[in-house]
Amino acid sequence: MKIAVCLKQVPSRDWQPRVNEQKTWVRDQDAAFELNEPDAYALEEGLRLKEKHGGEVVVCSVGPARVSQALREALARGADRAIHVEDEALAQADAYAVAEALAAAMRDEAFDLVLTGLQSDDQGSAQTGVMLASLLGIASATIIMEVDVQGQALRVKRELEGGWFQWVALPMPALLTIQSGINQLRYATLKGIMAAKKKEVRKVAAPAGIASRQQIVGLYVPEKRKQTQMIGGSPAEAAKALVAALRDEARVIT
Amino acid sequence: MILVVAEQQGGTLNKSSWETIAAAQQAGGPVKVAVVGADTAAAAAELAAADVAEVLRVEAPALSPYTLDGFVSALGQVVAAEQPGEVYLPHTYQTRDFAPALAVHLGRALVTDCVATRQADGRRLFVRPVFQGRLLADVACDGQAIATFQIGAIRADSLVRGAAPAPVRSVAVTVDGGAIRQAPEAPFREAKQAVDLSQAERIVAVGRGIKDPEKVALAQQLAAAMGAEVGASRPICDAGWLPMDRQIGSSGQTVAPKLYLALGISGAIQHLVGMKGARTIVAINKDPEAPIFEVADYGVVGDLFEIVPAVIKELQG
Repeated sequence: MKIAVCLKQVPSRDWQPRVNEQKTWVRDQDAAFELNEPDAYALEEGLRLKEKHGGEVVVCSVGPARVSQALREALARGADRAIHVEDEALAQADAYAVAEALAAAMRDEAFDLVLTGLQSDDQGSAQTGVMLASLLGIASATIIMEVDVQGQALRVKRELEGGWFQWVALPMPALLTIQSGINQLRYATLKGIMAAKKKEVRKVAAPAGIASRQQIVGLYVPEKRKQTQMIGGSPAEAAKALVAALRDEARVIT
Repeated sequence: MILVVAEQQGGTLNKSSWETIAAAQQAGGPVKVAVVGADTAAAAAELAAADVAEVLRVEAPALSPYTLDGFVSALGQVVAAEQPGEVYLPHTYQTRDFAPALAVHLGRALVTDCVATRQADGRRLFVRPVFQGRLLADVACDGQAIATFQIGAIRADSLVRGAAPAPVRSVAVTVDGGAIRQAPEAPFREAKQAVDLSQAERIVAVGRGIKDPEKVALAQQLAAAMGAEVGASRPICDAGWLPMDRQIGSSGQTVAPKLYLALGISGAIQHLVGMKGARTIVAINKDPEAPIFEVADYGVVGDLFEIVPAVIKELQG
Protein backbone atom coordinates (compact mmCIF):
# COMPACT_ATOMS: atom_id res chain seq x y z
CA MET A 1 0.00 0.00 0.00
CA LYS A 2 1.36 3.38 -0.96
CA ILE A 3 0.67 5.73 1.94
CA ALA A 4 1.25 9.48 2.14
CA VAL A 5 1.21 11.41 5.41
CA CYS A 6 0.89 15.18 5.12
CA LEU A 7 2.37 17.06 8.00
CA LYS A 8 2.96 20.60 9.09
CA GLN A 9 5.72 22.21 11.07
CA VAL A 10 4.36 24.62 13.69
CA PRO A 11 5.80 26.79 16.48
CA SER A 12 6.26 24.60 19.55
CA ARG A 13 3.47 24.44 22.10
CA ASP A 14 5.49 25.96 24.94
CA TRP A 15 6.48 28.98 22.85
CA GLN A 16 4.44 32.02 23.89
CA PRO A 17 3.25 33.57 20.61
CA ARG A 18 3.81 37.31 20.29
CA VAL A 19 2.28 39.43 17.56
CA ASN A 20 4.52 41.03 14.88
CA GLU A 21 4.57 44.77 14.20
CA GLN A 22 2.17 44.58 11.27
CA LYS A 23 -0.20 42.53 13.46
CA THR A 24 -0.56 39.96 10.69
CA TRP A 25 1.34 37.02 12.18
CA VAL A 26 3.45 36.08 15.17
CA ARG A 27 7.10 36.98 15.68
CA ASP A 28 8.24 33.50 14.82
CA GLN A 29 11.88 34.41 14.02
CA ASP A 30 12.72 33.42 17.58
CA ALA A 31 10.29 30.49 17.83
CA ALA A 32 11.24 26.86 18.18
CA PHE A 33 9.38 24.65 15.71
CA GLU A 34 8.06 21.14 16.00
CA LEU A 35 6.00 18.57 14.17
CA ASN A 36 2.32 19.48 14.55
CA GLU A 37 1.12 17.01 17.18
CA PRO A 38 -2.11 15.93 15.44
CA ASP A 39 -0.01 15.09 12.36
CA ALA A 40 2.25 12.92 14.53
CA TYR A 41 -0.76 10.66 15.15
CA ALA A 42 -1.40 10.48 11.39
CA LEU A 43 2.25 9.53 10.84
CA GLU A 44 2.07 6.84 13.53
CA GLU A 45 -1.09 5.42 11.94
CA GLY A 46 0.63 5.39 8.53
CA LEU A 47 3.63 3.54 9.94
CA ARG A 48 1.39 0.95 11.63
CA LEU A 49 -0.61 0.37 8.43
CA LYS A 50 2.62 -0.14 6.50
CA GLU A 51 3.86 -2.63 9.11
CA LYS A 52 0.62 -4.56 8.75
CA HIS A 53 0.02 -4.36 5.01
CA GLY A 54 3.42 -3.55 3.50
CA GLY A 55 4.23 -0.76 1.08
CA GLU A 56 5.80 2.61 1.84
CA VAL A 57 5.13 5.78 3.80
CA VAL A 58 5.93 9.09 2.12
CA VAL A 59 5.76 12.25 4.21
CA CYS A 60 4.77 15.48 2.45
CA SER A 61 4.94 19.06 3.67
CA VAL A 62 4.71 22.62 2.39
CA GLY A 63 6.76 25.51 3.73
CA PRO A 64 10.14 27.20 3.96
CA ALA A 65 13.55 25.50 4.28
CA ARG A 66 13.10 24.93 8.05
CA VAL A 67 10.32 22.39 7.30
CA SER A 68 12.96 19.84 6.26
CA GLN A 69 13.68 19.41 9.98
CA ALA A 70 10.13 18.14 10.61
CA LEU A 71 10.41 15.85 7.58
CA ARG A 72 13.71 14.43 8.89
CA GLU A 73 12.01 13.80 12.23
CA ALA A 74 9.29 11.82 10.44
CA LEU A 75 11.91 9.87 8.45
CA ALA A 76 13.70 9.07 11.70
CA ARG A 77 10.46 7.67 13.10
CA GLY A 78 10.21 5.32 10.14
CA ALA A 79 8.84 7.07 7.03
CA ASP A 80 10.58 5.94 3.83
CA ARG A 81 10.98 9.18 1.92
CA ALA A 82 9.80 12.77 1.88
CA ILE A 83 8.45 15.39 -0.51
CA HIS A 84 9.06 18.99 0.46
CA VAL A 85 7.19 21.69 -1.43
CA GLU A 86 9.68 24.39 -0.55
CA ASP A 87 8.17 27.82 -0.66
CA GLU A 88 8.86 30.73 1.63
CA ALA A 89 5.67 32.53 0.61
CA LEU A 90 3.45 29.61 1.63
CA ALA A 91 4.68 29.62 5.25
CA GLN A 92 1.49 31.31 6.50
CA ALA A 93 -0.73 30.42 3.58
CA ASP A 94 -4.35 29.40 4.09
CA ALA A 95 -5.36 25.75 3.97
CA TYR A 96 -6.69 26.07 0.41
CA ALA A 97 -3.34 27.26 -0.95
CA VAL A 98 -1.45 24.59 1.01
CA ALA A 99 -3.81 21.92 -0.31
CA GLU A 100 -3.27 23.16 -3.87
CA ALA A 101 0.49 23.02 -3.44
CA LEU A 102 0.30 19.52 -1.95
CA ALA A 103 -2.07 18.29 -4.65
CA ALA A 104 0.30 19.43 -7.40
CA ALA A 105 3.23 17.64 -5.76
CA MET A 106 1.31 14.45 -4.91
CA ARG A 107 -0.97 13.85 -7.90
CA ASP A 108 1.48 11.82 -10.01
CA GLU A 109 2.42 9.61 -7.06
CA ALA A 110 -1.07 8.05 -7.10
CA PHE A 111 -1.15 7.21 -3.38
CA ASP A 112 -3.63 4.58 -2.18
CA LEU A 113 -4.10 6.30 1.15
CA VAL A 114 -3.38 9.85 2.32
CA LEU A 115 -3.42 10.68 6.04
CA THR A 116 -3.33 14.05 7.79
CA GLY A 117 -3.83 15.25 11.34
CA LEU A 118 -7.16 16.71 12.30
CA GLN A 119 -5.93 20.28 12.45
CA SER A 120 -2.82 22.33 13.09
CA ASP A 121 -1.80 23.80 16.41
CA ASP A 122 -1.13 27.22 14.84
CA GLN A 123 -3.94 28.23 12.46
CA GLY A 124 -6.24 25.37 13.46
CA SER A 125 -8.38 25.58 10.33
CA ALA A 126 -9.05 21.83 10.07
CA GLN A 127 -9.42 22.13 6.29
CA THR A 128 -6.24 21.05 4.51
CA GLY A 129 -6.92 17.30 4.40
CA VAL A 130 -10.46 17.44 3.04
CA MET A 131 -9.50 20.14 0.53
CA LEU A 132 -6.58 18.03 -0.66
CA ALA A 133 -8.90 15.05 -1.16
CA SER A 134 -11.27 17.20 -3.21
CA LEU A 135 -8.43 18.53 -5.34
CA LEU A 136 -7.08 15.01 -5.91
CA GLY A 137 -10.58 13.76 -6.66
CA ILE A 138 -10.44 11.05 -3.98
CA ALA A 139 -12.91 10.15 -1.23
CA SER A 140 -12.35 11.40 2.31
CA ALA A 141 -13.53 10.87 5.85
CA THR A 142 -12.61 12.87 8.95
CA ILE A 143 -11.90 12.53 12.67
CA ILE A 144 -10.92 8.88 12.37
CA MET A 145 -10.32 6.70 15.43
CA GLU A 146 -9.67 3.34 13.74
CA VAL A 147 -8.63 2.21 10.24
CA ASP A 148 -9.47 -1.20 8.87
CA VAL A 149 -8.11 -2.04 5.40
CA GLN A 150 -10.34 -4.49 3.52
CA GLY A 151 -8.78 -5.20 0.14
CA GLN A 152 -9.26 -2.16 -2.05
CA ALA A 153 -11.60 -0.51 0.44
CA LEU A 154 -11.46 0.96 3.91
CA ARG A 155 -13.75 0.70 6.89
CA VAL A 156 -13.02 3.53 9.28
CA LYS A 157 -14.41 4.58 12.64
CA ARG A 158 -15.43 8.23 12.69
CA GLU A 159 -15.82 10.13 15.92
CA LEU A 160 -19.10 12.02 16.08
CA GLU A 161 -20.14 14.48 18.78
CA GLY A 162 -21.32 13.59 22.23
CA GLY A 163 -19.64 10.19 22.57
CA TRP A 164 -21.09 8.79 19.33
CA PHE A 165 -19.12 6.92 16.69
CA GLN A 166 -19.86 5.57 13.27
CA TRP A 167 -18.21 3.10 10.92
CA VAL A 168 -17.95 4.33 7.34
CA ALA A 169 -16.84 2.30 4.33
CA LEU A 170 -15.12 4.06 1.45
CA PRO A 171 -13.08 3.00 -1.56
CA MET A 172 -9.38 3.63 -1.99
CA PRO A 173 -7.70 5.84 -2.96
CA ALA A 174 -8.88 7.83 0.01
CA LEU A 175 -7.84 10.53 2.45
CA LEU A 176 -8.43 10.31 6.19
CA THR A 177 -7.94 12.96 8.86
CA ILE A 178 -6.79 11.23 12.02
CA GLN A 179 -8.02 12.05 15.52
CA SER A 180 -5.36 12.57 18.20
CA GLY A 181 -5.21 9.67 20.64
CA ILE A 182 -5.93 6.99 17.98
CA ASN A 183 -2.61 5.34 18.86
CA GLN A 184 0.46 5.67 21.08
CA LEU A 185 3.21 7.63 19.38
CA ARG A 186 6.64 6.18 18.82
CA TYR A 187 9.71 8.34 19.00
CA ALA A 188 12.80 8.27 16.87
CA THR A 189 15.56 5.91 17.90
CA LEU A 190 19.24 6.66 17.35
CA LYS A 191 19.22 4.01 14.63
CA GLY A 192 16.23 5.73 13.05
CA ILE A 193 17.96 9.10 13.14
CA MET A 194 21.05 7.64 11.46
CA ALA A 195 18.93 5.88 8.83
CA ALA A 196 16.98 9.07 8.11
CA LYS A 197 20.11 10.80 6.90
CA LYS A 198 20.25 8.49 3.90
CA LYS A 199 16.59 8.77 3.01
CA GLU A 200 15.38 10.83 0.08
CA VAL A 201 13.89 14.29 0.63
CA ARG A 202 12.67 15.45 -2.75
CA LYS A 203 12.31 19.21 -3.01
CA VAL A 204 9.76 20.52 -5.44
CA ALA A 205 8.63 24.04 -6.23
CA ALA A 206 5.03 25.10 -5.77
CA PRO A 207 3.23 25.74 -9.04
CA ALA A 208 3.03 29.41 -9.99
CA GLY A 209 -0.08 31.35 -9.14
CA ILE A 210 -1.06 29.70 -5.86
CA ALA A 211 -2.37 32.34 -3.48
CA SER A 212 -4.34 32.37 -0.25
CA ARG A 213 -7.97 33.35 -0.53
CA GLN A 214 -7.98 34.83 2.97
CA GLN A 215 -5.59 37.02 4.91
CA ILE A 216 -5.08 37.81 8.58
CA VAL A 217 -5.42 41.59 8.75
CA GLY A 218 -5.32 41.86 12.53
CA LEU A 219 -3.93 39.67 15.29
CA TYR A 220 -4.28 40.36 18.99
CA VAL A 221 -4.60 38.92 22.48
CA PRO A 222 -8.27 38.28 23.34
CA GLU A 223 -9.72 40.82 25.74
CA LYS A 224 -10.75 39.60 29.13
CA ARG A 225 -14.44 40.38 28.94
CA LYS A 226 -15.49 39.18 32.32
CA GLN A 227 -15.33 40.84 35.68
CA THR A 228 -14.87 38.01 38.11
CA GLN A 229 -16.80 38.42 41.31
CA MET A 230 -14.73 36.79 44.03
CA ILE A 231 -16.68 35.27 46.88
CA GLY A 232 -14.92 35.02 50.24
CA GLY A 233 -15.74 33.97 53.76
CA SER A 234 -15.98 30.59 55.44
CA PRO A 235 -17.04 27.60 53.30
CA ALA A 236 -20.61 27.94 54.60
CA GLU A 237 -20.70 31.70 53.95
CA ALA A 238 -19.17 31.32 50.51
CA ALA A 239 -21.65 28.55 49.65
CA LYS A 240 -24.57 30.70 50.75
CA ALA A 241 -23.40 33.73 48.76
CA LEU A 242 -22.64 31.61 45.69
CA VAL A 243 -26.00 29.86 45.64
CA ALA A 244 -27.79 33.20 46.16
CA ALA A 245 -25.84 34.75 43.25
CA LEU A 246 -26.60 31.83 40.94
CA ARG A 247 -30.30 31.90 41.85
CA ASP A 248 -31.06 35.61 42.01
CA GLU A 249 -28.38 37.34 39.93
CA ALA A 250 -27.34 34.90 37.21
CA ARG A 251 -30.64 32.99 37.39
CA VAL A 252 -29.10 29.76 36.22
CA ILE A 253 -30.44 27.52 38.98
CA THR A 254 -33.81 27.33 40.65
CA MET B 1 -27.69 37.50 0.99
CA ILE B 2 -26.27 35.13 3.57
CA LEU B 3 -27.24 31.48 3.28
CA VAL B 4 -27.18 29.66 6.61
CA VAL B 5 -27.01 25.87 6.48
CA ALA B 6 -28.81 24.51 9.54
CA GLU B 7 -27.90 21.13 10.94
CA GLN B 8 -30.50 18.53 11.80
CA GLN B 9 -30.58 14.86 12.58
CA GLY B 10 -33.77 12.85 12.31
CA GLY B 11 -35.82 16.05 12.36
CA THR B 12 -34.11 17.42 15.48
CA LEU B 13 -32.23 20.66 14.95
CA ASN B 14 -28.76 21.02 16.39
CA LYS B 15 -29.07 24.08 18.61
CA SER B 16 -25.92 25.58 17.08
CA SER B 17 -28.10 26.18 14.01
CA TRP B 18 -29.85 29.00 15.91
CA GLU B 19 -26.52 30.50 16.89
CA THR B 20 -25.42 30.52 13.25
CA ILE B 21 -28.67 32.18 12.15
CA ALA B 22 -28.10 34.80 14.86
CA ALA B 23 -24.56 35.34 13.52
CA ALA B 24 -25.97 35.94 10.03
CA GLN B 25 -28.64 38.32 11.35
CA GLN B 26 -25.98 40.30 13.21
CA ALA B 27 -23.76 40.41 10.12
CA GLY B 28 -26.65 42.18 8.34
CA GLY B 29 -28.53 41.81 5.09
CA PRO B 30 -31.13 39.26 4.09
CA VAL B 31 -30.72 35.76 5.49
CA LYS B 32 -31.96 32.48 4.06
CA VAL B 33 -31.73 29.21 5.94
CA ALA B 34 -31.30 25.86 4.21
CA VAL B 35 -31.98 22.54 5.86
CA VAL B 36 -30.70 19.39 4.20
CA GLY B 37 -31.96 15.80 4.46
CA ALA B 38 -34.41 13.19 3.22
CA ASP B 39 -37.29 14.71 5.17
CA THR B 40 -36.88 18.28 6.34
CA ALA B 41 -40.50 19.29 6.96
CA ALA B 42 -40.33 19.38 10.76
CA ALA B 43 -36.98 21.14 10.95
CA ALA B 44 -38.03 23.69 8.30
CA ALA B 45 -41.23 24.52 10.19
CA GLU B 46 -39.21 25.08 13.34
CA LEU B 47 -36.62 27.25 11.56
CA ALA B 48 -39.39 29.43 10.07
CA ALA B 49 -39.77 31.03 13.51
CA ALA B 50 -36.56 32.97 12.92
CA ASP B 51 -36.68 36.41 11.32
CA VAL B 52 -35.30 35.31 7.95
CA ALA B 53 -36.30 35.92 4.33
CA GLU B 54 -36.91 32.26 3.54
CA VAL B 55 -36.36 28.72 4.73
CA LEU B 56 -35.16 26.38 1.99
CA ARG B 57 -35.90 22.68 2.12
CA VAL B 58 -33.14 20.76 0.38
CA GLU B 59 -34.46 17.24 0.06
CA ALA B 60 -33.42 14.06 -1.67
CA PRO B 61 -33.62 10.42 -0.55
CA ALA B 62 -29.83 10.10 -0.88
CA LEU B 63 -29.28 12.88 1.70
CA SER B 64 -30.04 10.62 4.64
CA PRO B 65 -27.90 9.47 6.29
CA TYR B 66 -25.37 12.28 6.03
CA THR B 67 -22.48 11.75 3.62
CA LEU B 68 -19.81 14.18 2.49
CA ASP B 69 -20.39 13.50 -1.20
CA GLY B 70 -24.17 13.84 -0.89
CA PHE B 71 -24.03 17.12 1.00
CA VAL B 72 -21.42 18.72 -1.27
CA SER B 73 -23.47 17.78 -4.32
CA ALA B 74 -26.73 19.13 -2.86
CA LEU B 75 -25.33 22.31 -1.35
CA GLY B 76 -23.29 22.99 -4.47
CA GLN B 77 -26.56 23.05 -6.41
CA VAL B 78 -28.28 25.26 -3.81
CA VAL B 79 -25.45 27.81 -3.87
CA ALA B 80 -25.46 27.81 -7.69
CA ALA B 81 -29.21 28.45 -7.72
CA GLU B 82 -29.48 30.96 -4.88
CA GLN B 83 -26.15 32.78 -5.38
CA PRO B 84 -25.59 33.79 -1.74
CA GLY B 85 -22.86 36.32 -1.02
CA GLU B 86 -21.77 34.25 1.96
CA VAL B 87 -22.55 30.83 3.37
CA TYR B 88 -22.57 30.34 7.17
CA LEU B 89 -22.56 27.01 8.98
CA PRO B 90 -22.10 25.90 12.59
CA HIS B 91 -18.60 24.52 13.30
CA THR B 92 -19.67 20.96 14.05
CA TYR B 93 -18.01 17.61 13.35
CA GLN B 94 -20.35 17.28 10.36
CA THR B 95 -19.42 20.59 8.77
CA ARG B 96 -15.74 19.96 9.45
CA ASP B 97 -16.25 16.85 7.31
CA PHE B 98 -17.84 18.48 4.27
CA ALA B 99 -17.35 22.29 4.34
CA PRO B 100 -13.73 22.17 3.04
CA ALA B 101 -14.89 19.99 0.13
CA LEU B 102 -17.78 22.38 -0.54
CA ALA B 103 -15.33 25.30 -0.56
CA VAL B 104 -13.16 23.59 -3.18
CA HIS B 105 -16.23 22.60 -5.19
CA LEU B 106 -17.30 26.25 -5.27
CA GLY B 107 -13.79 27.76 -5.39
CA ARG B 108 -14.58 29.86 -2.33
CA ALA B 109 -12.52 30.76 0.73
CA LEU B 110 -13.50 28.93 3.92
CA VAL B 111 -13.01 30.54 7.33
CA THR B 112 -13.58 28.04 10.14
CA ASP B 113 -14.32 28.27 13.86
CA CYS B 114 -15.34 31.95 13.77
CA VAL B 115 -16.45 33.60 17.02
CA ALA B 116 -17.73 36.88 15.52
CA THR B 117 -17.93 39.02 12.39
CA ARG B 118 -17.50 42.74 12.00
CA GLN B 119 -17.33 45.38 9.31
CA ALA B 120 -14.13 47.39 8.78
CA ASP B 121 -13.19 49.58 5.80
CA GLY B 122 -16.29 48.43 3.96
CA ARG B 123 -15.49 44.74 4.14
CA ARG B 124 -16.42 41.82 6.32
CA LEU B 125 -13.91 40.55 8.83
CA PHE B 126 -14.24 37.14 10.43
CA VAL B 127 -12.83 36.82 13.93
CA ARG B 128 -11.35 33.43 14.81
CA PRO B 129 -8.95 31.97 17.38
CA VAL B 130 -5.46 30.92 16.34
CA PHE B 131 -2.62 29.36 18.34
CA GLN B 132 -5.12 27.34 20.36
CA GLY B 133 -7.07 30.37 21.48
CA ARG B 134 -4.09 32.34 22.75
CA LEU B 135 -4.61 34.90 19.97
CA LEU B 136 -7.55 36.13 17.91
CA ALA B 137 -7.24 36.87 14.20
CA ASP B 138 -9.33 39.20 12.02
CA VAL B 139 -9.57 37.49 8.67
CA ALA B 140 -10.50 39.14 5.37
CA CYS B 141 -11.45 37.09 2.33
CA ASP B 142 -11.01 37.58 -1.38
CA GLY B 143 -14.36 36.98 -2.98
CA GLN B 144 -17.38 35.29 -1.51
CA ALA B 145 -16.68 33.33 1.62
CA ILE B 146 -17.96 30.34 3.48
CA ALA B 147 -17.65 30.59 7.26
CA THR B 148 -18.28 28.22 10.16
CA PHE B 149 -19.11 29.47 13.66
CA GLN B 150 -17.79 28.04 16.90
CA ILE B 151 -20.48 26.46 19.07
CA GLY B 152 -21.44 28.80 21.88
CA ALA B 153 -19.63 31.83 20.47
CA ILE B 154 -22.85 33.59 19.49
CA ARG B 155 -25.75 33.30 21.85
CA ALA B 156 -28.80 31.52 20.51
CA ASP B 157 -30.96 33.85 22.63
CA SER B 158 -29.73 36.82 20.57
CA LEU B 159 -31.67 35.34 17.64
CA VAL B 160 -34.36 37.66 16.26
CA ARG B 161 -37.66 35.88 15.81
CA GLY B 162 -40.08 36.86 13.05
CA ALA B 163 -43.50 38.40 13.65
CA ALA B 164 -44.92 35.70 11.39
CA PRO B 165 -43.38 32.41 10.22
CA ALA B 166 -40.94 32.82 7.35
CA PRO B 167 -41.96 31.35 3.98
CA VAL B 168 -40.73 27.81 3.37
CA ARG B 169 -39.71 26.75 -0.13
CA SER B 170 -38.35 23.52 -1.56
CA VAL B 171 -35.23 23.76 -3.68
CA ALA B 172 -34.96 21.02 -6.26
CA VAL B 173 -31.70 19.12 -6.12
CA THR B 174 -30.62 15.91 -7.83
CA VAL B 175 -28.34 13.69 -5.79
CA ASP B 176 -27.12 10.49 -7.37
CA GLY B 177 -26.90 7.96 -4.55
CA GLY B 178 -24.67 5.75 -6.71
CA ALA B 179 -22.02 8.46 -6.90
CA ILE B 180 -21.69 8.75 -3.11
CA ARG B 181 -18.47 7.06 -2.09
CA GLN B 182 -18.98 7.02 1.68
CA ALA B 183 -21.20 4.23 3.04
CA PRO B 184 -21.98 5.08 6.68
CA GLU B 185 -23.28 2.56 9.20
CA ALA B 186 -25.59 3.43 12.08
CA PRO B 187 -24.04 5.65 14.78
CA PHE B 188 -23.32 3.94 18.10
CA ARG B 189 -22.05 4.81 21.54
CA GLU B 190 -19.12 3.09 23.18
CA ALA B 191 -20.04 3.84 26.75
CA LYS B 192 -23.41 3.18 28.27
CA GLN B 193 -25.41 6.27 29.23
CA ALA B 194 -23.13 8.47 27.16
CA VAL B 195 -24.26 12.04 27.18
CA ASP B 196 -24.20 14.85 24.65
CA LEU B 197 -22.80 17.55 26.91
CA SER B 198 -23.15 20.17 24.18
CA GLN B 199 -26.89 20.18 24.82
CA ALA B 200 -26.63 20.32 28.65
CA GLU B 201 -28.02 23.38 30.45
CA ARG B 202 -25.76 23.01 33.48
CA ILE B 203 -22.43 21.27 33.88
CA VAL B 204 -20.32 20.52 36.93
CA ALA B 205 -16.79 19.75 35.71
CA VAL B 206 -13.88 18.28 37.64
CA GLY B 207 -10.15 18.64 37.12
CA ARG B 208 -6.90 17.48 38.67
CA GLY B 209 -7.80 19.25 41.92
CA ILE B 210 -10.20 16.43 42.75
CA LYS B 211 -7.06 14.34 43.41
CA ASP B 212 -8.75 11.00 44.11
CA PRO B 213 -11.11 8.90 41.91
CA GLU B 214 -13.34 8.32 44.93
CA LYS B 215 -13.86 12.06 45.28
CA VAL B 216 -15.48 12.30 41.85
CA ALA B 217 -18.66 11.25 43.69
CA LEU B 218 -18.65 14.65 45.38
CA ALA B 219 -18.97 16.33 41.98
CA GLN B 220 -21.74 13.90 41.06
CA GLN B 221 -23.65 14.81 44.23
CA LEU B 222 -23.30 18.50 43.47
CA ALA B 223 -24.45 17.91 39.89
CA ALA B 224 -27.49 15.98 41.11
CA ALA B 225 -28.37 18.81 43.51
CA MET B 226 -28.19 21.37 40.66
CA GLY B 227 -29.77 19.32 37.89
CA ALA B 228 -26.45 19.32 36.06
CA GLU B 229 -24.40 16.89 33.99
CA VAL B 230 -20.88 15.94 35.08
CA GLY B 231 -17.95 16.81 32.83
CA ALA B 232 -14.18 16.72 33.24
CA SER B 233 -10.89 18.05 31.97
CA ARG B 234 -8.68 15.75 29.93
CA PRO B 235 -6.42 14.40 32.74
CA ILE B 236 -9.43 13.00 34.62
CA CYS B 237 -10.59 11.05 31.54
CA ASP B 238 -7.05 9.94 30.59
CA ALA B 239 -6.76 8.50 34.11
CA GLY B 240 -10.06 6.70 33.62
CA TRP B 241 -11.78 8.38 36.58
CA LEU B 242 -14.61 9.38 34.25
CA PRO B 243 -15.36 8.02 30.76
CA MET B 244 -13.89 9.80 27.73
CA ASP B 245 -17.31 11.04 26.65
CA ARG B 246 -17.33 13.35 29.69
CA GLN B 247 -14.27 15.20 28.47
CA ILE B 248 -14.62 18.91 27.73
CA GLY B 249 -12.03 20.82 25.72
CA SER B 250 -10.24 20.91 22.41
CA SER B 251 -9.94 17.13 22.23
CA GLY B 252 -13.33 16.52 23.83
CA GLN B 253 -16.66 18.24 23.62
CA THR B 254 -17.35 21.94 23.20
CA VAL B 255 -20.12 23.07 25.50
CA ALA B 256 -22.12 26.23 26.07
CA PRO B 257 -24.40 25.63 29.05
CA LYS B 258 -26.17 28.28 31.09
CA LEU B 259 -24.02 27.33 34.07
CA TYR B 260 -20.54 25.84 34.13
CA LEU B 261 -19.09 25.07 37.51
CA ALA B 262 -15.39 24.16 37.43
CA LEU B 263 -14.06 22.23 40.41
CA GLY B 264 -10.29 22.04 40.76
CA ILE B 265 -9.75 22.89 37.09
CA SER B 266 -6.76 25.16 36.51
CA GLY B 267 -7.99 26.28 33.09
CA ALA B 268 -5.43 25.21 30.50
CA ILE B 269 -6.29 26.67 27.11
CA GLN B 270 -7.20 23.22 25.77
CA HIS B 271 -9.94 23.14 28.39
CA LEU B 272 -10.99 26.79 28.08
CA VAL B 273 -11.69 26.51 24.35
CA GLY B 274 -14.28 23.87 25.14
CA MET B 275 -16.25 25.79 27.77
CA LYS B 276 -15.66 29.52 27.62
CA GLY B 277 -18.92 29.97 25.73
CA ALA B 278 -20.85 29.11 28.89
CA ARG B 279 -23.11 31.95 30.02
CA THR B 280 -22.18 31.83 33.69
CA ILE B 281 -18.90 30.29 34.82
CA VAL B 282 -18.09 29.48 38.43
CA ALA B 283 -14.59 28.44 39.46
CA ILE B 284 -13.71 26.82 42.75
CA ASN B 285 -9.97 26.40 43.07
CA LYS B 286 -7.33 26.60 45.78
CA ASP B 287 -4.93 28.52 43.52
CA PRO B 288 -5.96 32.19 43.20
CA GLU B 289 -3.67 32.53 40.14
CA ALA B 290 -5.34 29.71 38.21
CA PRO B 291 -6.24 30.88 34.67
CA ILE B 292 -9.77 29.55 35.11
CA PHE B 293 -10.48 32.73 37.12
CA GLU B 294 -9.78 34.73 33.93
CA VAL B 295 -12.99 33.45 32.40
CA ALA B 296 -15.01 33.00 35.59
CA ASP B 297 -17.99 35.17 36.54
CA TYR B 298 -17.87 33.94 40.12
CA GLY B 299 -14.77 32.68 41.86
CA VAL B 300 -14.23 30.98 45.17
CA VAL B 301 -10.65 30.46 46.32
CA GLY B 302 -10.42 27.61 48.76
CA ASP B 303 -10.60 23.92 49.48
CA LEU B 304 -13.21 22.35 47.25
CA PHE B 305 -13.63 19.46 49.70
CA GLU B 306 -14.99 21.99 52.22
CA ILE B 307 -16.82 24.31 49.84
CA VAL B 308 -18.65 21.73 47.71
CA PRO B 309 -20.38 19.96 50.64
CA ALA B 310 -21.44 23.40 51.92
CA VAL B 311 -22.89 24.28 48.50
CA ILE B 312 -24.79 20.97 48.35
CA LYS B 313 -26.20 21.66 51.82
CA GLU B 314 -27.20 25.19 50.79
CA LEU B 315 -28.94 23.91 47.63
CA GLN B 316 -30.85 21.32 49.58
CA GLY B 317 -31.66 23.63 52.48
